[in-house]
Amino acid sequence: MDSALFVHRLHFAFTATFHYLFPQLTMGLALLIVVLKTIGLRRNDHIYHEAARFWGKIFGINFVLGVVTGIPMEFQFGTNWSHFSRFAGGVIGQTLAMEGMFAFFLESAFLGLFLYGEKRLSPKAHWLSAVAVFLGSWLSGYFIIATDAFMQHPVGYFTAADGSLQLASFWDFVLNPWAGWQYAHNMSGAAITGAFIMTSVGAFYLLSGKWTAHARIFVKAGVIAGCLFSALQIFPTGDRQGKMVTDLQPVTLAAMEGLFQGQSGAPLVILGQPNDQQGKIDNPVEVPGMLSMLTYQRWNAHVRGLDAFPKHDWPDNIPLLYYSYHIMVGLGTFFIVVMVVALLLLWRGKLFNARWMLWILMLAAPFPYIANTAGWMTAELGRQPWLVYGLMRTENGYSTAVSAGNGMFTLLGFMGIYMVLGILFLFLVRREIEHGPVAGHESVSSLHPATVAR
Amino acid sequence: MASLWFWIVAAMVATYVVLDGFDLGAGAIYLVAAKTNEERRRVLRAIGPVWDGNEVWLLAAGGTLYFAFPQLYASSFSGFYLPLTIVLWLLILRGIGIEFRAHIENPVWQDFFDVIFSISSILLAVFFGAALGNVVRGVPLDATGYFFEPLWTNFKLGPHTGILDWYTVFTGVMALVTLTAHGSYYVALKTDEDLGQRARGLALLCWPVQFFLTFTALVATYFIRPEIMANYGRHPVGILVPIVVVASLAVMLWANPKGKGKLAFVASSLYIAFMLVGAAFALYPVVLPARDHQYDLTIYNTAAGSHGLSVGLVWWTLGAVLAVAYFTFVYRMFRGKVQLGEGHY
Repeated sequence: MDSALFVHRLHFAFTATFHYLFPQLTMGLALLIVVLKTIGLRRNDHIYHEAARFWGKIFGINFVLGVVTGIPMEFQFGTNWSHFSRFAGGVIGQTLAMEGMFAFFLESAFLGLFLYGEKRLSPKAHWLSAVAVFLGSWLSGYFIIATDAFMQHPVGYFTAADGSLQLASFWDFVLNPWAGWQYAHNMSGAAITGAFIMTSVGAFYLLSGKWTAHARIFVKAGVIAGCLFSALQIFPTGDRQGKMVTDLQPVTLAAMEGLFQGQSGAPLVILGQPNDQQGKIDNPVEVPGMLSMLTYQRWNAHVRGLDAFPKHDWPDNIPLLYYSYHIMVGLGTFFIVVMVVALLLLWRGKLFNARWMLWILMLAAPFPYIANTAGWMTAELGRQPWLVYGLMRTENGYSTAVSAGNGMFTLLGFMGIYMVLGILFLFLVRREIEHGPVAGHESVSSLHPATVAR
Repeated sequence: MASLWFWIVAAMVATYVVLDGFDLGAGAIYLVAAKTNEERRRVLRAIGPVWDGNEVWLLAAGGTLYFAFPQLYASSFSGFYLPLTIVLWLLILRGIGIEFRAHIENPVWQDFFDVIFSISSILLAVFFGAALGNVVRGVPLDATGYFFEPLWTNFKLGPHTGILDWYTVFTGVMALVTLTAHGSYYVALKTDEDLGQRARGLALLCWPVQFFLTFTALVATYFIRPEIMANYGRHPVGILVPIVVVASLAVMLWANPKGKGKLAFVASSLYIAFMLVGAAFALYPVVLPARDHQYDLTIYNTAAGSHGLSVGLVWWTLGAVLAVAYFTFVYRMFRGKVQLGEGHY
C-alpha cells in the first residue's frame, strides 16, 4: 500500500474511531435523560430530577469531547480526502451542510440552557431544552449516516461532464434505503451504550451501598432500555442491515463471514481464524447450513464465497473485517442475554439484591463501546476497496498534495492530544461518579435514608 | 446561482468572525484584564453560554462552502493542510480550556486551563488573520487545481511562499488586534467594576493600533495585488465598504470613553463585517486566487451542480431562519451584565 494512502486512511480511522466514543454516549444518554426528566415532571419526584441532573453533568463533559473531536471530522474530508471531496462533494455536501444548519445550531443553542439554565427556566421549558438537545444529536446522526449510506450505496446522483458526482434527486439521496436501516441500527447501538453506562454506575452504587435510591432508578431505567435496544439491535435492524449487505455488497458478506469458497448449505463460522494465505478458516467452530438459512431462509441455499469475485474487488483487510464483524455479533448476543436475565430479576424484584448480576452489569460498561466501534469497522472495512461503492476506489480519493510525512505529523499530533483528552475525560467522569447524584452531599452514604434501610 | 452562494458563504464567514471573534478576543485579554479567580469566572460566564454556538458558525460556514463549492473546499483545505490542522488543535484546546476549568476548585488546575484558553485564543486570531491574508495574496495553485503550502519558507513573497510571509504575518497581527478590541468591547459590555474598566481601557489602547493597521493593510494589499481595486471601479456600490469601515472606527473612538458600550461593540462588529465583505467584494468572482492567474479558482469552476444549489437554497433558508431564532432566544436569555451565583464556570 502506498504509504501516503496508508497514513491518510489511518488518520481518518483513528480520529473517527476516537470521536465516536463520545457521540454514542451523547445520543444514548440524551434519550435516557429525556425519559428521566419526563418521569420526574409527571410524578413530580425530586429523585428523578436529581438523577437527570447527575447524568446531565456527565453528559456535559462527554458532549464537550464529542464537539472538539468532531470538528476535525468535518475538516478532514477536505484536508486528507480532497480528491474524494471534489468527486462527491456535489452530493454529500448537502447532508454535511445540513448537519451544521439543522443539528449543530439546535444542539449548541439549547445545550447551554439545558446544562446551566435550570434555575432560569420553568421545569417545562427546561424539559424542552433537554428534548431539543436530544433532537439535535439524533438529527446530527441521521445526516452523517445518510452521508455514509451514499458511500455504501450511492443513489440520487448523476455523473457530470467533468467526472464529478452531482445531485439528481434530493429525496432519493436523503431517503436512501441503506440509510434508514443503518440509522436505526446505529442509533439503537448508541442507546445500548447509554443504557449500559447508566446501569453500570447504578450497579456500582448498589454494590458500594451508596445513593441506593438513585442507583435503583439508574439500574431500572438502564436495564429496561438496554433490553429493548439490545433486542432491536438484532431484529429487525441488524437483520435488515445484513440483508442489504447480502444484496448490494455480496463480496463483503463473504469476507465478513470468512466464506472463502461458495457453497450450498454454507456453515456459519462462530470461531476460527481466517487464513487468507490458504483461503480457509483455521480450527473452525461452525453451525452447518446456518449461513444459508440466515441469508436466504433455506438450509441448502447457495451462498457465494470470495472465490466468486475478482480478487481486486475483495475488501483489502479480510481478517480485520472478519474479526470486527464477529466481535460485534458476539457482543450483541452477550448484551441480549445479560439484559434479559437482568430484566427477569428486576421483574421478580430480585435484581437489587443479586450481587452477582450487579457485578456483571457494572463490569459490562466497556463492551458497548467495543461493539459500536467493531460495527463501524465492519461497515467501513466492508466497503473497501471502494470509497464510494462501485464509483471511486479508496486509493484515488486521498489528498495527493499532502505528503505522507505531513500526514504523519498531524496524525501524531492528534494521537497526543487525544490521549490527553481521554485521560481528562476519565478523570473528570470518575470525579462526578465519586461525588454522586446529590448536590452538596458528598460521601454521606451512611446518612442517606435509603442506605440505612438497606 | 453560484454568485448567490458566494455571498451566502461570505456572510456566514463574517457572522462567524463577528460572533466567535468576541469570545476569541475575550480569551486574548483574559490573563491581563481578569486578575482574580472571581474576575476570570465572570469573563467565562460572559462567553460560556454562547461560545459553542458561535463556533458552530465556523462549522456551518465550512459545511456550506463544501456543499456550494466542493472544488474550492477540496483545494483549499488540502493546500492549507498544516495551518488548518493546527487551527483544529487550538480549537480543541480552547474548548476544554473553557469547559474543564470549573470542574475542579484548585488554583493550579485553574491556572493551567486559564493559560491554555488564552494562548489558544490568541493563536487562533493570528491564524485566522493569516488565512485571510493567504486568500487575498494568492496561493501556488497549478493546472491540477491543487497546491500545498508549508508553514513558512523565507517569509518573502514569491513563487514559493509559505503560509506565513511578511504580508500574512501582518494580516495575522491585524486580526489579533481587531479581535482583541472586539473582545474588550464585549467584556466591557457584559461586566462592571474593575474588570469592565480594564476592558474599556484595553479597547482604548487597541484603537490607534487598529486605525494604523487598517490603512497600512490597504496600502500593503494594493502593493501586492493591485487588481483588488478593479471591482471597486466597476461597481460604485463598493464605496460603501470604506465609508462603513471609517465610520465604525470613528464611532468606536467616540463611544467607548463615553461608556456607550453597546454602540462601541456594534461599531466593532460592523468594522469586522465590512472589512471581510470588502475583501470578498474585491476578490469576486475569484474564490482562491493563484499566484499564476490562469489557475485562479472562481465561483464558475468550483461550484456544485445547479440542481443541488437550487435545492440547497430551500433548506438553507429554513435552517438560517431557525438558527437566527435560536441565537436571538439564547442571547436574550443571557442578556445583561453577568452575575456570579449558582451555575457553571
